[in-house]
Amino acid sequence: MRSLCVEPFQNFSSQLPFVTVLWNSVVDTGARRTLTYCSPWKTNHKHEAVLFPLPSRPIRKSLCICLSSSAKLPVMMEEKKKTFDANEAALLVKELNESFRTGKTKSYEWRVSQLKSIEKMVVEREKDICEALYKDLSKPEFEAFVSEIAMVKSSCKEALKELKHWMKPEKAKTSMETYPSSAEIVSEPLGAVLVISTWNYPFSLSVKPVIGAITAGNATVLKPSEIAPATSSLLSKLFEEYLDRSAVRVVEGDVPQTTALLEQKWDKIFYTGSPRVGRIIMTAAAKHLTPVVLELGGKCPAVIDSDVDLQVTARRIVAGKWQANNGQACISVDYIITTKDFAPKLIDALRKGIEECFGTDPMESKDISRIVSSNHFSRLQSLMDEYKVYNKIVVGGQRNQKELKIAPTIFLDVPGDSQLMQEEIFGPLLPIITVENVKDSIDLINSKPKPLAAYLFTNNDKLKNYFVQSVSSGGMAINDTVLHVTVSSLPFGGVGESGMGSYHGKFSFDAFSHKKAVLYRSFSGDSSVRYPPYTPEKQKLIKAVMNGGIFNIILALMGWSRD
Amino acid sequence: MEGVKGLESDLEAMRQYFRSGKTKDTAWRQSQLKGLLLFIKENEKHIFNALKKDLGKHPVEAYRDEAKLPRVALLSSAELVPEPLGLVLIISSWNFPFGISLEPLIGAIAAGNTAVLKPSELAPASSSLLANVLPTYLDNKAVKVIQGGPAVGERLLQQKWDKIFFTGSARVGRIIMSAAVNHLTPTVLELGGKSPAVVDSLASSWDKQVTVNRILVSKFGACAGQACIAIDYILVEKRFASTLVELMKVMIKKMFGENPRETNAIARIVNQQHFLRLKSLLRDPAVQNSIVYGGSLDEKNLFVEPTILVDPPLDAAIMTEEIFGPLLPIITLDNVEDSIAFINSKPKPLAIYAFIKNEKLKRRMLSETSSGSLVFNDAVIQYAADSLPFGGIGESGVGKYHGKFSFDTFSHYKAVTRRSFLTDFWYRFPPWNDYKLLLLEATYNFDYLGMLLVILGLKRRRQNSGGM
Repeated sequence: MRSLCVEPFQNFSSQLPFVTVLWNSVVDTGARRTLTYCSPWKTNHKHEAVLFPLPSRPIRKSLCICLSSSAKLPVMMEEKKKTFDANEAALLVKELNESFRTGKTKSYEWRVSQLKSIEKMVVEREKDICEALYKDLSKPEFEAFVSEIAMVKSSCKEALKELKHWMKPEKAKTSMETYPSSAEIVSEPLGAVLVISTWNYPFSLSVKPVIGAITAGNATVLKPSEIAPATSSLLSKLFEEYLDRSAVRVVEGDVPQTTALLEQKWDKIFYTGSPRVGRIIMTAAAKHLTPVVLELGGKCPAVIDSDVDLQVTARRIVAGKWQANNGQACISVDYIITTKDFAPKLIDALRKGIEECFGTDPMESKDISRIVSSNHFSRLQSLMDEYKVYNKIVVGGQRNQKELKIAPTIFLDVPGDSQLMQEEIFGPLLPIITVENVKDSIDLINSKPKPLAAYLFTNNDKLKNYFVQSVSSGGMAINDTVLHVTVSSLPFGGVGESGMGSYHGKFSFDAFSHKKAVLYRSFSGDSSVRYPPYTPEKQKLIKAVMNGGIFNIILALMGWSRD
Repeated sequence: MEGVKGLESDLEAMRQYFRSGKTKDTAWRQSQLKGLLLFIKENEKHIFNALKKDLGKHPVEAYRDEAKLPRVALLSSAELVPEPLGLVLIISSWNFPFGISLEPLIGAIAAGNTAVLKPSELAPASSSLLANVLPTYLDNKAVKVIQGGPAVGERLLQQKWDKIFFTGSARVGRIIMSAAVNHLTPTVLELGGKSPAVVDSLASSWDKQVTVNRILVSKFGACAGQACIAIDYILVEKRFASTLVELMKVMIKKMFGENPRETNAIARIVNQQHFLRLKSLLRDPAVQNSIVYGGSLDEKNLFVEPTILVDPPLDAAIMTEEIFGPLLPIITLDNVEDSIAFINSKPKPLAIYAFIKNEKLKRRMLSETSSGSLVFNDAVIQYAADSLPFGGIGESGVGKYHGKFSFDTFSHYKAVTRRSFLTDFWYRFPPWNDYKLLLLEATYNFDYLGMLLVILGLKRRRQNSGGM
């Protein structure tokens, strides 16, 4: 969105000195024009104004002006990006905090109305969303539907259904010490929260956390990823259109805008992306003691035992790798560990699986996403071309720089110190590591940072249990890939290098809530032992204080102490 | 400093030990908790019962029962597996050197972690007791106590931890969180803040009496106000202020005697530095006139008399900083309802205490203020309620603990789904077509009839189908 400052003319309300012009409006400067402006309180109001560029002055964003004139005139445009600096960000946070303090976002009705609007937005604008995703990633419509639209829709549905239940204070047991009393844990919103999302699932990874923030009753700013520009601008447009802009906003941009946002005091920051940026986010958050949720990634392994149903396994690996945004997903399979003997059979089955899904020439397939940007394309290319691995390709290897396409590619037995096995791949490359015994895979996994997901394919129940017990990862699926993400009764989030905090379903609500402990006492039921002057019996309290044992103090205060 | 020699190799050994799986063993956890119990023999039952209870029964079961799976995950089972994080660091403070050290340690052990405890150097006797005696009760390969000052603290913070649990000031909290960034370590920060007590103009003399008793004990009795959840200041209506002050004067004398310096009913100030800090709060010329009771100081014995102030200037240090000592400012308001705006104009406190009977005001207090905890008609006792989470929000902290919440704080809840090789919706895999899409939509929407219709070929076109 571009904007232009417009100097108001005559009876224009003095409280609204600056206005924003939609990016596609063509305007001239210095000329007097009749403008049609729409504002939250009036629509299609005609007024005269002189257009006057003021690059350094702040822009009043609460008013949108479109020219009613059809005349095409020279343009003086100014990127809105440039004006979004720390001051603008501070203003935005102030505005959001003000609407938060009015208490409206806390009401059940407001939360429901926003959730319904999101649902409506997804239903009505499904086509636009799919188109934007196609522009950004050539994401097949089918995949767009499954991983973006349906995910968001079902999150909305669940939240709408469960919200009342989630909001209800949780009764807590009270103990002897506080008798007589009653206690409850009340979920309350945090305030103004910032969601910074990423480009691989640019729609669902933006909207799902926002749904969490709204269900918990917060005011929210979303910063979508600039690497998926079509979706970013669509989100900005749709949020403006469907949601209450006094409490839900989109700020588009890249590093400077994000930096400006991060300088502000937020009550929570929810970030999806890389550990490198995760560290930047956390550093900024430390300044204001802001709690963070970091949804990062890591190398997610899939261990494949030799006793599996080969066809099913191969299909599910294909689904968890190339069908998941062509491997550009934080939970897609990063590498496979299997036994030496089984590897050839597995490779055959995978080759067949790829062919079934994407045809004999996957470069021509419409059912597979492209690489998001040329940066990422060259990154993947250098992973493929490293001298340690380039001759290990057993399936695929084709690429097309112009179209940013890379075919599903499998490597066999790449060395552990190759870049392919050191970095998160985030693309259609799949190394297979072989071990003597399938159990050895666990040591291999544990020698690396904790991944966001770990997968195991086996029919051996003992191995299953051993795997669950000894591998630490954000989530885990046995005999499948990626599927655990769709289970909203399970939290989604990493551990260690793969992130902190979790969300989805009720966990999203919790991630954006503060659990306030509330204790109700009456004025009756006091034991005199609780108060000085201390008789010999009351000496216990002093002892407790001297010893510093908090339980002793409490016990002594309440008169329940034993000697 | 001996604990720090060879720190890196010590910690590596602890990590190794964790990887051996020893600490995950339930029997091991129980043995360590028992060790702790022996160490704190006075409160054995209280701690053990709570933990045993918490460890025995888990919400995992509840999740398993409630798990509502979308149809796509058909024939899979979902579970949540709590697992220990690894090697954790606990940095405790001096005001309750045992409680604040052991309470998180219990959580860390119960969850199956290896742990390093660094007690505060400001309570040296307790710190050395913890360092010298506690290890004799516990598995030293898994639990270590390291003593030292800021230099040791800094050295510890450079290491890689799986969680850092800190109790102390917001200033140091920021340092901890910044240090944790390096290794993306999650942190729990138990900080403090100015916790207000709102006192309504109570009519009944019994209520007044009870209120004053509870306030005085929570302020001057809780380690002489040196507790993060002690009452920091009082908000009261102008017309009720004098009644409250008079009652307090009488009760302080009754509880702590005419000469409280001589009775041992009030703890001393922890060290000279803190004594001088309190002295400067009190000796501020703008504040001096507002003292209505007490105010005497004894530097030699580090004693500060219980002191009441009425309406000190709001921009004075005593009203902008956490007091952490036996000074009690009373701020008067025209109307008790104004207390909500007053509280909201300050950083979110660890606790709010509201002595009110008016139900409407109670509800407003509940929904319009934000704090770590909120207690009606009492103070400080929420710390003892293990069924309630204890922790701050905003400036008063990040994260929570106590009881089951301590266990959760030191656990990672791993989401696990299990599937068989039997069923697969064929429409889960490419190549994709409208038919599959239609089916999948029905699946996601729990539209069983729709699924059936599609399968039978009776429903053909998607609404809003966006052809690409």
